[in-house]
Amino acid sequence: MGSTSNHGAEGVGRRDLIKRSAALGVVAAPGMGLLSACASSGGGGQKKDKAGTKTAKNPLGVNDSAGMEFVLFDGGFGKDYAEDAVKIYEKDFPKVKVKFSATQKIQSTLQPRFNQGNPPDLIDNSGAEQMDMGVLVGKNQLSDLTPLLDAPSYDDPNKKVRDTLRPGIVEMGQFDGNPVWIFYYAYTVYGVWYSQKALDSLDAQYPKTWDEMLAVCEKAKKKGMAGWTYAGKYPYYIPFSLYPMIGKVGGREVLDAIDNLEPNAWKHPAVKACFEAYYELYKKGYILKGTPGLDHIQSQTAWAKGEALFIPNGSWVENESANVIPKDFDLAVSAPSGIDGSDKLPFGTIWASGGEPFIVPAKAANPEGGMEQLRIMLSEASSKNFTAKVKSLTAYNGGTTGITLTPGLNSGVAALKLAGSNVVNPRLQDWYVQLQKEKIGVSGLGEMMAGRLTPAEAIKKIQGFADEAAKDTSIKHYKHQ
Amino acid sequence: MQHGKYRFIVGFLVLPLGLYALFVVWPFIQSIYYSFTDWTGLSPEFKMVGFDNYKRMLHDDIFWKSLQHSLLFALVLPLVTISLALFFAFMINVGGRRRKGGPVISGVRGSSFYKIVYFFPQVLSIAIVALLFQFAYNPDSGAINSLLRGIGLGSVQPLWLGDPSLALWCVMAVLVWSTTGFFVVLFSAGMASIPAELYEAALLDGAGRATTFFRVTLPLLWDTVQSGWVYMGILALGAESFAVVQIMTTGPGGPDYSTTVMVLYVYQKAFRDGQAAYATTIGVALLVVTLAFAAIVMRLGRRERLEF
Repeated sequence: MGSTSNHGAEGVGRRDLIKRSAALGVVAAPGMGLLSACASSGGGGQKKDKAGTKTAKNPLGVNDSAGMEFVLFDGGFGKDYAEDAVKIYEKDFPKVKVKFSATQKIQSTLQPRFNQGNPPDLIDNSGAEQMDMGVLVGKNQLSDLTPLLDAPSYDDPNKKVRDTLRPGIVEMGQFDGNPVWIFYYAYTVYGVWYSQKALDSLDAQYPKTWDEMLAVCEKAKKKGMAGWTYAGKYPYYIPFSLYPMIGKVGGREVLDAIDNLEPNAWKHPAVKACFEAYYELYKKGYILKGTPGLDHIQSQTAWAKGEALFIPNGSWVENESANVIPKDFDLAVSAPSGIDGSDKLPFGTIWASGGEPFIVPAKAANPEGGMEQLRIMLSEASSKNFTAKVKSLTAYNGGTTGITLTPGLNSGVAALKLAGSNVVNPRLQDWYVQLQKEKIGVSGLGEMMAGRLTPAEAIKKIQGFADEAAKDTSIKHYKHQ
Repeated sequence: MQHGKYRFIVGFLVLPLGLYALFVVWPFIQSIYYSFTDWTGLSPEFKMVGFDNYKRMLHDDIFWKSLQHSLLFALVLPLVTISLALFFAFMINVGGRRRKGGPVISGVRGSSFYKIVYFFPQVLSIAIVALLFQFAYNPDSGAINSLLRGIGLGSVQPLWLGDPSLALWCVMAVLVWSTTGFFVVLFSAGMASIPAELYEAALLDGAGRATTFFRVTLPLLWDTVQSGWVYMGILALGAESFAVVQIMTTGPGGPDYSTTVMVLYVYQKAFRDGQAAYATTIGVALLVVTLAFAAIVMRLGRRERLEF
């Protein structure tokens, strides 16, 4: 006979199982333990390589025999472009072997190395595992890139790197004060993306005012097509067209006040007008049914299939959804529609900013090498190579002549030309990630666009979140200069 | 001699205990220590801040929401999963009609087939399961809403994961689907070790299926059920709930914080917001909850041991 508690007769007794499963929970639950176990035990840091002598061909004074380590985010842009640039580095410094690696797991790979004080020399800190820039800057973990910006450019020794860049790139790399901590290599155009062909089939132009927008949506609805869709599960895509609209309607100061977390910044009439305009899309049934349950890929696929006309997105969408966008789609981007003629800024006001943030850690062994690698990447040839390979612009102002641009890219270049100096650059998404994504995005805009909050309620809620963030002493605060 | 015996035992235990201390106990102590600092997780420098993180946690609405959801997971998931698994296991092993010439106790027709089918989800990694269900829950072209349309319910098209009042239940359903099979197999093994004479005796006394289950099967299976309960509760508090919430939900953790759980919050604070010290604080709270859960289940489940 036996008993219900199997005294060890059948291998693992049930009591043991209980004990073990309890122990398992104890291990599994606060997995933080392992993080801390591998962290902060070092802290000694690594030895700096000696800088080389500065010459005309080597303006940053790179040590021509010191190793250089480059870690790239292996995402939508792939790694070919960086490998090509590494080859140039190795050609310029024949004694050096660059240690190049590409990974999607930036944080898991590099966080322990920051903690131990031996980070690589150049990092593309991007993707889902991006390390928080604000914290890295606040804890003095990054090198100031000013020497790079003031160095002569790779192509023309009489022109500084700084003078070869697109608008906004240098400012984006600053947090407070003059040092430039981050270099954004790619250049992203945000806005309203659509198929020119679909718009033509409706016999419509891209709408410049909100009344026109509603009219186009109505036309589309009659043809069984929704006006808009968006990444419902990640509603922080909505700001890509909403924020520049707010900037167009109310002027740059409104966006700056929002970024600065000023009291009542969200209560500005321009914000209210734009929120109400977007809410009208929901109320009139112009949003693709089921959108709040779609993720970015699903919404982009529905849009590419012609189920919806417009989608707020960034210029990566052309590459990301390349396999679902039909050949004759004729992808185009436009600056957001405004409210009416009384808007502060002209039509064409667009959000464009750097993407793919590169950093040189303060504790890198060979920071000059990391910067030199960036200088190489900012040559016209490397920039063209990037644009041709991954269908995106770079921070280098130019580099689009002589190569065939894809429809989306072409339209992006045209939109930038139309915008001229009216390029806005809201900073919430890199200054206050949690506030932008889960609070304003998911809990505010997402709820409003799903019809569960009115614009007034959404504004009140978002203002509350912003006030909380302004008071939160555990996050670092930034201001527009 | 007595002394030598202990030395002998210690000699055997030193390695496993050493590993346990290094990889389990020590990280715990470290976590607790870090919860009193302002460590960001991104630089080696930090200083002590006393109870600041704990004070902050007590005033953090998101923390309370995540705690609430985690507790709900720990209560509802084991209850549903284990009840379902017990029912299936009973039907597979005991619940069948008596067939002529067959054994006294047998499962329903095709039970060996069911046993394999129930175990299928266990073979898939939880990440894949979550991804598959993410497609199924797609309100636009997902399997569930397509099915609803197919049977003429085109007007009923819930947003599933996009609806704050449904999202949490959607996530739980996935966990139930993916874990029930394991417990069916576990309980089947337990039922197989219950002697058939007991069932025969019950049948002779005229016991129906329900009576047999509650009077014979369940009491004799009690220890297994209890371990299953603890195990499931820990899955629900820990890794499995993290995986499904992180992969499937809006945000993740939304919409409007309706699906955020403690493990997710730990992860977000440590790896998104660069507030590792605060994350360890929530981790400590999670540890307390887990231990309390295990203790309560063991206490409530204590019964007299049945000899058979």
